[in-house]
Amino acid sequence: MENLFIDITEKKIFDVEKIRKDFPILSRLVHGKKLVYFDNAATTQKPKQVIETIQNYYSNLNSNIHRGVHYLSEAATKEYECARKIIQNFINAKHLEEIIYTRGTTESINLVASSYGYSNFKEGDEILISAMEHHSNIVPWQIICQRTGAKLKVIPMNDNGEIIIEEFDKLLNEKTKFVSIVHVSNSLGTINPIKYIIDKAHRLDIPVLVDAAQSIQHLKIDVQDLDCDFLAFSGHKIYGPTGIGILYGKKKHLIEMPPYQGGGDMIMSVSFEKTIYNELPYKFEAGTPNIAGVIGLGVAIRYVNNIGIEVIEKYEKELLDYGSSLLSDMPELKIIGNAANKASVISFIIDNAHPHDVGTILDREGIAIRTGHHCTEPVMRRFNIPATSRASFSFYNTFEEIDVLAKSLKKVINLFN
Amino acid sequence: MISELDELYKQVILDHNKNPRNFGVLNNANSHAKGHNPLCGDQLDLYLIIEDGIIKDVKFNGSGCAISKASASIMTSLIKGKTIDEAKKLFDEFHNLVTSDPEAEIDTSELGKLEVFCGVREFPARIKCASLPWHTLAQAINENSQTELVSTEN
Repeated sequence: MENLFIDITEKKIFDVEKIRKDFPILSRLVHGKKLVYFDNAATTQKPKQVIETIQNYYSNLNSNIHRGVHYLSEAATKEYECARKIIQNFINAKHLEEIIYTRGTTESINLVASSYGYSNFKEGDEILISAMEHHSNIVPWQIICQRTGAKLKVIPMNDNGEIIIEEFDKLLNEKTKFVSIVHVSNSLGTINPIKYIIDKAHRLDIPVLVDAAQSIQHLKIDVQDLDCDFLAFSGHKIYGPTGIGILYGKKKHLIEMPPYQGGGDMIMSVSFEKTIYNELPYKFEAGTPNIAGVIGLGVAIRYVNNIGIEVIEKYEKELLDYGSSLLSDMPELKIIGNAANKASVISFIIDNAHPHDVGTILDREGIAIRTGHHCTEPVMRRFNIPATSRASFSFYNTFEEIDVLAKSLKKVINLFN
Repeated sequence: MISELDELYKQVILDHNKNPRNFGVLNNANSHAKGHNPLCGDQLDLYLIIEDGIIKDVKFNGSGCAISKASASIMTSLIKGKTIDEAKKLFDEFHNLVTSDPEAEIDTSELGKLEVFCGVREFPARIKCASLPWHTLAQAINENSQTELVSTEN
């Protein structure tokens, strides 16, 4: 018993230098300087465990799944389905078939908007989103609103970048047919009170989709505890490969929803007169999927589990607090997004220095940040700015790297002021 | 040795960024074009008074990075009083300069004020910033296209 305890504790001891060794890219130089990768909200780097898994898949397992009776196909299918189980456990979904593989968050949201929306929305209905959505949680709903005559309603936010919850309460009414809300804002870092939003919507029997693209890598997510109806996220933002994403949906919805795309693997039988669709989750997985991506994502999630998502959350909060305090000390710099509850994302503007110039200068110091509107043009408009610079931290970042950022930002400030 | 960064952010560019020339709106403009760089959100409005094929006056307005603002400031200074053909020739010279191989030798004696943009060649992501005002100009001096939006992403 004692040994077991030590074993568990050892796993949870956080050693950032040891972790950094798992990520080959972190030891490279950029413009002759040590890479400081602070663009984690755009995409995360991959540990060697994921990279080796993908290489091993193509070297030793490559075949098509759910089809062949030969050894390779069976082995690949097993790995592919094993990843589904890992993901189910990670978000604590009740049923395995509630986990659907997609290309990413964007496709997951489009799937729900198109399949659920087209069969359930009609003229006069209202769809509720927030003022801080990524374009991928705006445009799919606009498209479905155009097709069905439903209306898009927007929950406003305050100057700190927080949803005005009283306005949400007011906007909810008997015409509301769906709520689609971002868990963590990619451009502001705000963590939204999704549990409250879900509870409140459910009192009126309104389903809720949670866009978890920016939360799945930072926060513990339990879909049964949240009771969300749908949850969407991307593999590449949680240390997995690009081109693979997840849609979680409650079984009761997925059963009723028509297929999103037709093709192979999503059918039980096909004739020219009538096609019978496959059972869940395959009904929504038409065509040969991103098999290596799925298997790589499974390994990425296992990697995150080994560190422990709670451990990650705690360390990243420390990075955020440290970075926020260093940056707040610079009078020429203003942080955009000051929610009380934030993930490790700092958006900022600097007097007389356009974000694009900031990005170029930091790049020459080896620091990768994102500059621009971050696919949230309405957020930029809300704060009356064209763009921001954004530093987003991961558990493999260090306090020393934040010092490098602060030092370089001082150079920028001196150059333009 | 001057670093590539110093080459890009020369004093001339920093000065034009801080104190842009010909900044503002021309209410009596007879030619106008809008430029937009969706990548960084740069917005540019260019106003011209063209009489008898000569650019009598020009102003620009909008928000953008140091490179695009300085480029607009320098461009407007260069084309004021020039004929349309002369402006087009400057456009070609500018275009050839920023899209040329960074390693290539350039005869700077011919370039005049455009020389400050040599450094942009080292920064592929920033060439569009420097080009935006020039492409907006090309749009404005083309007939029948006075209100169309120029985008660097098209």
